[in-house]
Amino acid sequence: MTEAATESRQMSMIQAINSALDVMMERDPDVVVMGEDVGYFGGVFRATAGLQAKYGKNRVFDTPITEIGIIGVAIGMGAYGLRPVPEIQFADYIYPALDQLVSEAARLRYRSAGEFIAPMTVRSPFGGGIFGGQTHSQSPEGIFTHVSGIKTVIPSTPYDAKGLLIAAIEDNDPVIFFEPKRIYNGPFDGQYDRPAKSWAGHPGAMVPEGYYRVPLGQARTVREGEALTILCYGTMEHVVESTVREMGVDAEIIDLRTLVPLDIEAIEGSVKKTGRCLIVHEATRTSGFGAELSALVQERCFYHLEAPVERVTGFDTPYPHSLEWAYFPGPVRIREAINKIMRD
Amino acid sequence: MGDRGNSGAGMAGNEQEQRRNLPPLRLHVPEPRFRPGDVADFSDLEIPAAGMMPRPDEGGDPANMHDLAYGLVRVLDAEGKAVGAWDPKLPPETLIRMLRAMALTRAFDQRMFRAQRQGKTSFYMKSTGEEAVSIGAAAALASDDMCFPSYRQQGVLIARGWPIIDMMNQIYSNKGDRLKGRQLPIMYSAREASFFSISGNLATQYPQAVGWAMASAARGDTRIAATWCGEGSTAEGDFHSACIFASVYRAPVILNVVNNQWAISSFSGFAGAEATTFAARAIGYGIAGLRIDGNDALAVYAATRWAADRARANHGPTLIEHFTYRAEGHSTSDDPGAYRSADEGSQWPLGDPIARLKQHCIALGIWDEDRHAAMDKELAEQVRDAAREAEKNGILGHGLHHPMETMFEDVFEQMPWHLKEQQQAMLDEWKAAGL
Repeated sequence: MTEAATESRQMSMIQAINSALDVMMERDPDVVVMGEDVGYFGGVFRATAGLQAKYGKNRVFDTPITEIGIIGVAIGMGAYGLRPVPEIQFADYIYPALDQLVSEAARLRYRSAGEFIAPMTVRSPFGGGIFGGQTHSQSPEGIFTHVSGIKTVIPSTPYDAKGLLIAAIEDNDPVIFFEPKRIYNGPFDGQYDRPAKSWAGHPGAMVPEGYYRVPLGQARTVREGEALTILCYGTMEHVVESTVREMGVDAEIIDLRTLVPLDIEAIEGSVKKTGRCLIVHEATRTSGFGAELSALVQERCFYHLEAPVERVTGFDTPYPHSLEWAYFPGPVRIREAINKIMRD
Repeated sequence: MGDRGNSGAGMAGNEQEQRRNLPPLRLHVPEPRFRPGDVADFSDLEIPAAGMMPRPDEGGDPANMHDLAYGLVRVLDAEGKAVGAWDPKLPPETLIRMLRAMALTRAFDQRMFRAQRQGKTSFYMKSTGEEAVSIGAAAALASDDMCFPSYRQQGVLIARGWPIIDMMNQIYSNKGDRLKGRQLPIMYSAREASFFSISGNLATQYPQAVGWAMASAARGDTRIAATWCGEGSTAEGDFHSACIFASVYRAPVILNVVNNQWAISSFSGFAGAEATTFAARAIGYGIAGLRIDGNDALAVYAATRWAADRARANHGPTLIEHFTYRAEGHSTSDDPGAYRSADEGSQWPLGDPIARLKQHCIALGIWDEDRHAAMDKELAEQVRDAAREAEKNGILGHGLHHPMETMFEDVFEQMPWHLKEQQQAMLDEWKAAGL
């Protein structure tokens, strides 16, 4: 997986993302970083800290508060020959740019038969579990996985965040890179009443200082098991992992990492082995990415299934503030779903 | 508010009582001046005489140019003489080249419109009456300045010498179509001509052009960008986003608004024209704004040249409103007789751009009616011959298109498994059906 061995050190996910941007800006003068508060200030989550001082304002700059403009301008820069990495401050605020992303970035290569491309990576913090309420918690990945021409990537560890972001920046297709902000500073097992953990000691937090890639389109098997397969990504990978450990169930956990293009071989291989499948995501249920996963598993593993495919997801409501832990697909709900699948 | 609204409990009752004496509020819904059956009369339209507007230095402060955003820069007078400070004093060969490109654009439009009516393609859009907007600008830009057009700047491609047979292949979606039949007719893309891929989504090209210009500036390049949208599209959020980015970063970009009075059936009042000019929008952004006679090829050339020089000297963006008239229907799917007066076009006070440039060339003694008639005949033949050649590559629906499996290419740089599966499934289905 690692294409160049360098010294590793412990990093948080924010530090890993910052390191990926630093590495790519150093390697490729075409890489430019832009967005609200990303320049002098270094980003509201510190993901771009220090980059403007190091690479200058022509390559790292603050933008006006207009998501249409940020993405539209990035497409134009891509047409010129740059490799922009625009940031949308929260995924909840990506909607004004939807026309530019769906109608333009995603279609540009296709409609121009390859004359023009949009080699950009849109970084955006997403997901809940932080008392972000309705507009700082959403998981809109299903909107983008539905759009042909866009790749959607979601890391769950600092190591993957850096390697996947480097791969995304190098990719010549537009990539939506959703960063689970709940785990920027430490993994989260869904036990909201326990003290927050840092990334210290987590094996996924040892990150090479230099250049390496985690290829897009490849899932990671977090834990091998025989009893059932759990498909998840982002924050939910940690919630699932912790719940499985506490239950002592022999689940195979697959962190998808890239939703489009999807690692169908990993999914198919695992479900055919276990015969059972649980899908977990924070996003709302109806037409969420879990529905696509469920359909694929059903189509391709039908004769191996010993129980219906289950989904634990956010409810079909806007993300509530005070009722966050009732909404969040946490350990209680995952445990119940696993028990149900194993009973069937 | 005054006395109303400062009392405590019972305030609502009192307010209601007092409001009974106020006239009812009225919603203003704009209405064009002439509808079908009306006699169009533009005699009260204020058209400043040619040559009246001052021409400030290209490096000037936009704050001192407000008059230019409300006036109308015009070079050609009623007799076809070039007058005033904006006269670009073009050499005869440039004038004739522009005249020829405008005439070729019109001939091309006529032929392709007819091809649609003959069922050879699904759709077409003419630019009749707006040829000067595209060709005047293209003549004033460098050939490698990047253009982000809307769907009505075919004249830019023609002025840049792009082969019309290539454009026809695109319109016919045939096997010679560089876009492989994926795009609606007239949504050209020609990277070699620095002509950006046209999108159906209005105004999206505006911030993209600004981004291209910002990239050029960040790289220390000398190329600039130009973009076009109609006055109707200025209502889109992308227009605002583009203007704010262009202003903030002083991007080397020319923002053209082609005010042809109509957005399909909606007159310009629905884009805000009753309240102000489109060029005046520049003022709020601190951008230089010029309002020009869009049927005057010399005014278009001069304004574009001014804006290009301004951009190249790092003085920032310019917004140019081209005041013109959409002489024909919006598209082959549109009948303007259903919403506007039939004689508006003939009554339009700024005339026909080709006729006016022709008159100018004749007045200069470098052109005459015979040469013009011969040119029109030659261009009609050129277009007819090109159309015949293009039709050999196929017309829409006659099977000479790109192989159907190419539908799956170029969605991504490399085809992922799910598209490969769908591609194979489609081929298998057709084979199983014996087709």
